[in-house]
Amino acid sequence: MTPVPDTDLAVAASGLVKTFDDFRAVDGIDLEVRRGEVFGVLGPNGAGKTTTLKMLATLLPMDGGEASIFGVDVRRHPHMIRQLVGVTGQYASVDENLTGSENLWLFGRLQGLSSARAKVIAKDLLERFGLAEARDKQIKTFSGGMRRRLDLAASLISQPPLIFLDEPTTGLDPRTRGQMWETIRELIRDGSTVLLTTQYLDEADQLADRIAVIDRGIKVAEGTPDELKTSVGSSTLQLRMSDPDETVGAADVVRRVLGEAPVLTPEAGGMNAALTDANQAADVLIALRQSGLSIASATVQKPTLDEVFMAITGHSAEDETHEPQMEASR
Amino acid sequence: MSTTLLPDHETTQVLDRTVVTRPSLRDTLDQSLAMAWRALKKMRRNPEQWFDVTLQPLLFTAMFAYIFGGAISGSVQEYLPIVITGILAQTALTASMATGIQLREDMDKGVFDRFKSLPIARIAPLVGPAIADLARYATAATLTILTGLLMGYRPGGGVPGVLAGWLLTIIAGWSLAWIFTYLGTRARSAQAVQGISMMIMFPLTFLSNAFVPADTLPGWLEAFVKVNPVSLVISAVRDLMNDGMVTANVGWALLGCAVIVAVFLPLSVRSYSRKM
Ligand SMILES: Nc1ncnc2c1ncn2[C@@H]1O[C@H](COP(=O)(O)OP(=O)(O)OP(=O)(O)O)[C@@H](O)[C@H]1O
Ligand SMILES: [Mg+2]
Repeated sequence: MTPVPDTDLAVAASGLVKTFDDFRAVDGIDLEVRRGEVFGVLGPNGAGKTTTLKMLATLLPMDGGEASIFGVDVRRHPHMIRQLVGVTGQYASVDENLTGSENLWLFGRLQGLSSARAKVIAKDLLERFGLAEARDKQIKTFSGGMRRRLDLAASLISQPPLIFLDEPTTGLDPRTRGQMWETIRELIRDGSTVLLTTQYLDEADQLADRIAVIDRGIKVAEGTPDELKTSVGSSTLQLRMSDPDETVGAADVVRRVLGEAPVLTPEAGGMNAALTDANQAADVLIALRQSGLSIASATVQKPTLDEVFMAITGHSAEDETHEPQMEASR
Repeated sequence: MSTTLLPDHETTQVLDRTVVTRPSLRDTLDQSLAMAWRALKKMRRNPEQWFDVTLQPLLFTAMFAYIFGGAISGSVQEYLPIVITGILAQTALTASMATGIQLREDMDKGVFDRFKSLPIARIAPLVGPAIADLARYATAATLTILTGLLMGYRPGGGVPGVLAGWLLTIIAGWSLAWIFTYLGTRARSAQAVQGISMMIMFPLTFLSNAFVPADTLPGWLEAFVKVNPVSLVISAVRDLMNDGMVTANVGWALLGCAVIVAVFLPLSVRSYSRKM
């Protein structure tokens, strides 16, 4: 085979399409992931994230479009693609009947490692992922978080240059989620390129260098987390009053200064006010002091990705009312 | 997405690593053995997978011999050479059916997503379990023969004849399993495989010479019974075990097995690789 030309792009995909019957789950998505970056694909349930990833990983045939990974054509050379990409699917893909170390040993053997080498790597990975004490336990007995970590470990056996993570923290409790983030950051430090999907806005914000927002099979926005936030424009002043009884009075002051009433938040004495310019925060605080109202806390925040999503798509990311039409008919 | 067995494999350089365009024969073999190892581990940890190859031969041998023995051959003793060889074929067939059902069940599990995402020959996940299941066919054949011996079966072929019949049973089970493996890769669910397999298995075993001599049947049925590959295997096993003779039947049986593998193995691999 002729050598693959050097390219800066880990993933280059254009016009990806996947149809299930007549439902277009992925409807012409372009993606460019640069080498060494973490690229986040953000979208609500049923947006087409998994389907996109599966096509790129040769797990689903593409119905349209072109894709290459490090310059290798996905459609024409699936076997080569599988040597370049480590896939951690949305649902743990490890063998329930085998123990942690048996799983990793098997995947190592399948990828051409000698038995001894596969054992060493399995042991190292289990230790690195905090699974050493579960080494000889069948996966059946693993918790959800342990499964996900083992699954991630399994995709790293051959040290692939590109790693796909499909919703790596969905279903994990906050602590385990934080651990998973830490693990992913380590991968990034080791120089891997990562393509991850998530429905959590803060996760994309925390981990990704660039984000593509997809909705109903279509890419609706792309950029760095900051660019996306700035595109929404304003920032938010979050206030909490020391005395909840003063909330109404304070809201009145804020409305006088900004010309628009703040939104009261569920916690006692809390409110959020939209700012067109972050300096307006000072005006509000001075006015509150002059009225003798005392604040417990005040923060100025750039908009969250949730607000970005709202602004771009017109509906909230957590809003699941447009659940995939297909699911009902299946 | 052409597959597997081609021995030539080119390599190319991507980033700093050498990647192959397709798995070599050597890799394919290693991967198949690794998959067989997995299947054996699974069998060891799920003892219920052994029920069909342990209890069934014992029960069926005793049951069929005592129920049909008098009616068909005049006595249980005289029926044993017929029924033992018949049940050998029947258990090989049910055991091979289980191969297909279990493969289907397995394929629905998450770990198969990983197998698909790994750079392995597409044939390995199919051949692996098939290799491991040789242990099941061997168990079934051994237990059937032992039960027969305990009940007073004295095979005329002696030890070599019995060994040859035992071996042929295992070969037949392994070959027939490719029919059910193919079904496994095609059907929507394990239940569907089970249903279809039953419909294939019943005529194949009962419309054969497994339990009754073919010449007692009406002409049209006799015609089917004679071309039924299971009958071919049974006749061959009988010649080996009861008469100690390597007859043309043995050749026909082996040829039948080879044809089944030659047709259904490639079909299975194709249908499995197309699933992604
Ligand atoms: N095999 C399939 N057959 C039919 N429809 C499918 C199939 N796989 C996915 N779909 C549909 O395609 C759409 C996109 O699914 P996909 O799994 O890619 O979404 P997702 O963004 O990963 O969602 P989630 O966050 O829930 O994982 C959904 O409407 C889903 O119902
Ligand atoms: Mg998904």
